[in-house]
Amino acid sequence: MNDKRPFVIIIVISLVGLVLLTKLFMIQVMDDSFTRRAERNAIQRVVDHPYRGLIYDRNGELLVYNNPIFDLMVVPKEFSVKDTAKFLSIFGIEKEDLVTAYNAAKKYSSVKPSPLIKQISSTDFAKIQDFLIDYPGLFITTRSVRSYPTPIAAHALGYIGEINARQLERDSSDYYEQGDYVGLSGMERFYEDELRGQKGVKYKMVNVRGVDKGPFKDGAYDTASVAGINLTSTLDRELQLYGEHLMEGKTGSVVAIEPKTGEILAMISAPFYDPNELTGADFGKNYSILNSMDSKPFLNRPVMARYPPGSIFKIVQSLIGLQEGILFPETTFACNRSLVACHNHPSPVNLFGAIRNSCNPYYHQAFRRIINQEISSNTFKDTQIGLDAWREKVMKFGLGGKLGVDMVGEYGGDVPSSKLYDRVYGEGRWKYSTIYSLSIGQGELQVTPLQMANLAAIFANKGYYYTPHLIKAVDGDPTRIPAKFRIKNDVGVDPKHFDLIQDAMAEALYGTANRAIIQDLVIAGKTGTAQNPHGEDHSVFVAFAPKDDPKIAIAVYVENAGWGGRAAASTASLMIEKYLRGQITRPQLEEYVLANNFIY
Amino acid sequence: MRSNDLPISRVDWPTVLVYFALVIIGWFNIYAAVFDGQAAKSIFDFSINSGKQLVWIGASVAIILVIMAADHRLFENLALPVYLFFLVLLLLTPFLGKEVNGQVLSIGVGSFRIQPGEFAKFATALALAKVMERPNFDLSQTKNQLIALGVMMAPVILILLQPDTGTAMVYFALFIMFYREGFPQRYYILGLGFIALSLLALGIENNLYLAIGIGLIFLLLVSIGKRSWKRTLVFGAIALVMIGYSYSIDFVVSKLPPHQQNRIMVLFNPDLDPLGVGWNVTQSKIAIGSGGFLGKGYLQGTQTKFDFVPEQHTDFIFCTLGEEFGWLGSLVVIGLFMTLLYRLVVMAERQKTRFARVYGYSVLSIILFHFMINISMTIGLFPVVGIPLPFFSYGGSSLWSFTILLFIFIKMDASRSQQLGRLG
Repeated sequence: MNDKRPFVIIIVISLVGLVLLTKLFMIQVMDDSFTRRAERNAIQRVVDHPYRGLIYDRNGELLVYNNPIFDLMVVPKEFSVKDTAKFLSIFGIEKEDLVTAYNAAKKYSSVKPSPLIKQISSTDFAKIQDFLIDYPGLFITTRSVRSYPTPIAAHALGYIGEINARQLERDSSDYYEQGDYVGLSGMERFYEDELRGQKGVKYKMVNVRGVDKGPFKDGAYDTASVAGINLTSTLDRELQLYGEHLMEGKTGSVVAIEPKTGEILAMISAPFYDPNELTGADFGKNYSILNSMDSKPFLNRPVMARYPPGSIFKIVQSLIGLQEGILFPETTFACNRSLVACHNHPSPVNLFGAIRNSCNPYYHQAFRRIINQEISSNTFKDTQIGLDAWREKVMKFGLGGKLGVDMVGEYGGDVPSSKLYDRVYGEGRWKYSTIYSLSIGQGELQVTPLQMANLAAIFANKGYYYTPHLIKAVDGDPTRIPAKFRIKNDVGVDPKHFDLIQDAMAEALYGTANRAIIQDLVIAGKTGTAQNPHGEDHSVFVAFAPKDDPKIAIAVYVENAGWGGRAAASTASLMIEKYLRGQITRPQLEEYVLANNFIY
Repeated sequence: MRSNDLPISRVDWPTVLVYFALVIIGWFNIYAAVFDGQAAKSIFDFSINSGKQLVWIGASVAIILVIMAADHRLFENLALPVYLFFLVLLLLTPFLGKEVNGQVLSIGVGSFRIQPGEFAKFATALALAKVMERPNFDLSQTKNQLIALGVMMAPVILILLQPDTGTAMVYFALFIMFYREGFPQRYYILGLGFIALSLLALGIENNLYLAIGIGLIFLLLVSIGKRSWKRTLVFGAIALVMIGYSYSIDFVVSKLPPHQQNRIMVLFNPDLDPLGVGWNVTQSKIAIGSGGFLGKGYLQGTQTKFDFVPEQHTDFIFCTLGEEFGWLGSLVVIGLFMTLLYRLVVMAERQKTRFARVYGYSVLSIILFHFMINISMTIGLFPVVGIPLPFFSYGGSSLWSFTILLFIFIKMDASRSQQLGRLG
């Protein structure tokens, strides 16, 4: 009876071994999740954050740099002080604060480091540096925050902040981690890939209590961080600073472009803020204050605000008419105020006079000729064909679509197509009388201040522009900027047609914008007034100078400041003088602008 | 005295070799478990556990020599006195011993301490061999069953007073030896069924499903067999008892001390509380599981070296092996244990006296149980019970008690030709 029992026991032993080996095979060989969990346990990945690239202005002046701040860390278990009074005096800390911080650190962990004194400045750090060696359990960690030696160009430069969940999700390269800082606006965002550098990674081993047990595999997998690339901006620090000075207390935009290159010399969005407010520990607090302000300081007006172009658009109309062979310098129309309102000036006027006097009826009649070329005998159809052909020409001036500036969030403005009117009025149910306000830059037309500045550059260049941009050089190399900024865009109008325009613009200052006149410096300019249904009209002025060799093209918008000849023209004139002459010779005009009172 | 000119060739060398292989591999693993790369000490350094274990190993060799040199009749003659001695020692332990974590496991003077619970194993095995050796001791008779169980249970009860559930459980492994010696098979079927039902009742969240399952099997059995009221009633009663038991086991578990309850819960749901109760098992599984096929390499284990696994040099020593030597290392060690166990069956079966055979099977039972339960708990197949891996785990009491246990049998085996055959 018992003979088979030894075999049963042998089978039991075999089964036990088999079960154990099978289960071991399952967890050791087939399931690799334990390997990852072991690594998560014992191998700590410490990211070595790279130094973010710096940003310089066009003359090599520093605009953005990294300011190191130091945290004094303590490992409570290793920390001991013999002479407390001496310690307090070296580290410049009150006894109560030391005790509070030390107890908090001890509560967190006696073997892991916690901050003892936070955000020590470089000068204080220099003072305590030599004493650190006397105190075991103390060491310094360095972080860096963005800093601005001159607090200007907050919108153009942008700011950095902690990456949000949506950005993390969209990050297909898996570069970012929770808590990483990324450029959130302006150049910081657009050139994030250049500025951020390359993170380094160190793997260190920790035991169950989190105590550092040295580098993993002697650092074989560690990589060093690579500092970000320094950028040179097209901005002119002096001009930007002066522009912000002038725009203090106002709402509006100033955009100055170097016509020959499309480089943005100054880009002011008022109201502005001190970019230093959005760095370091107070980011969150200041951000919410700025974000909730009624004046919307975060709105980047040069590329986000839209206004009807107003009278300035008459120049575009003139150029299209000339190129089409519909208008000629000698083309004359009567200032027929029954068509559209105008102001007192001699009548009739030729094209030069029409620009100089900004004659509304002239353009009402000229635009009718551009639109209704009697291609179709049906006046409705004819208007539709004419409008779409015209729109195509207008869009070549960089209107009705994004210019492609190196900023995120640019608006494209609007140049209406026949589809818009078809939708509103029904197909074949609208004609010239429906759309005539486009002739004088009103109606459905919308442009951004940047597009206006670009128009000024086109007028200055006699028919071409480079996409306006903020980047001048990448790592000191101008050829490394995005290729699209080095492509010449032709607006499709013969340069010869611009002579008359430039002359008329230079002449226009006398009469509409006397304040803008500078001795011995010919400015070509055009006032505009953007109608504002909500209150006082916006003052608009575009100009370029010097007329014969344009070095600067500028557009100024001052909201609710009334007629373009006052606030905007004065500001533009001062900016031009500042940029071309380096100094201001008209303190009264400067005072006038700063006084912020443009009633007369 | 012919017994002292024992021919060396009669010693079962494979078993001795396996023993030393396990002890030495264990020793290396103990060093790995306490190894600190930043403050590396020699494996021989007496200030760390591997150095101390070397002392225990040295002492074990001395013990082996003493056992091998002793007269083989000594064990039979001293079986009952030794057994009684350890019973008294166990009885005294709670009063004289040192309390650690609510348990009083060891007695001794100064740093020299022994755990009587460990040594009582070989004493009980000897006593059982002595008792069962009597002519006509038939385990199918209730009286004899009670005698055998009594000898087995006496140390169990005393150990439970310490209290040391794990060590007490080990004695139940002697049922394997009882099985070989003719303990009725029906009790084993009943016992295994009981264990299976307990596991099901604990493992299945809602006992209603289990009850429905039992009910269905009952209906099936009733419908396929011959129809008789008596049969139906018996089956029905069994089914009802099973259902009642499955419901009551949750109640029984709820009456266990909290730490034991938790260990059982964690078995069925390891992720229940990975940072608390499940910590040991979770970290132990991570250690072993991360070893992969070939392991991380000797002294390269991060789990064990950085203290993630508690008790890593004693009860959880297998983690170090699994992590640093992978599945291949596990295979070697499990293979060594199985070789040892097979060898013990062969050796036990070739004994000429029932005394030696009973003792041999007792040795097998105890080692098999330790081996099975210890490794099972490190990989989450069994609740955490504090019993060491034989020959492997750090600790003098454990190593010496297993050495004594095993080598008494090797000695018996070597002297078997000098025994008078009394098997019948």
